[in-house]
Amino acid sequence: MITVLFFAKLSEQLGVKSLQVDWQQAQDVDQLFQYLTEYKKEWSVTLTSQPCLRAVNQEMVTNNIKLKAGDEVAFFPPVTGG
Amino acid sequence: MISVQQQDFNQQSEYERLRCQSSIGAIVTFTGLVRDINDGYSVSDLCLEHYPGMTEKSLMNIVEQAKSRWNIIASTVIHRVGQLSINDQIVFVGIASQHRGDAFAACEFIMDYLKTEAPFWKKETMESGESKWVDARESDHKTRSKWVM
Repeated sequence: MITVLFFAKLSEQLGVKSLQVDWQQAQDVDQLFQYLTEYKKEWSVTLTSQPCLRAVNQEMVTNNIKLKAGDEVAFFPPVTGG
Repeated sequence: MISVQQQDFNQQSEYERLRCQSSIGAIVTFTGLVRDINDGYSVSDLCLEHYPGMTEKSLMNIVEQAKSRWNIIASTVIHRVGQLSINDQIVFVGIASQHRGDAFAACEFIMDYLKTEAPFWKKETMESGESKWVDARESDHKTRSKWVM
């Protein structure tokens, strides 16, 4: 399984903080993102209408990368700390 | 020292912790506070969410990058999370170096990278009672780009 995490505004809009996705559905980050846009009816708009950053195993990624079972993938809005 | 914490920090104790070696000739510190006005509206309080685990790694990585560019003898980064009020301290960056140039540059570099890379998100509650996630600023990315070699 892949552990998917959402944070901040994104998590609030989707109404979920985390979920488990079968690795077969998500062999790379782009495929996982695509799967999530189809997970629930309104998710497509929420996920694609705003900037959404990605991290794999707690490291920010900008390119599509391969996933393996047990990976943790997070999606979140641009950061606003400091 | 890197810490992500709910509790407040004390400037003087952090400064004394940095003043740890006889070779230190300069200490630069920065503190970020909760401001009462953002983008023209009055803010009454602030909630800071973060990504536990990734936040610490990200801060460590930023400090390592700073260490590879400047002479740093000691460093401290503290970032608070959770519920904060107006004028509360949010973030502390302290750098001890032999000379002030390194300390000033490293402190600013760490803040500029923290602002754009560390996974923290602010949600402000306005005086009206309505709350709003803070949007990232394009200007923070421009500021950071000046460090690209």
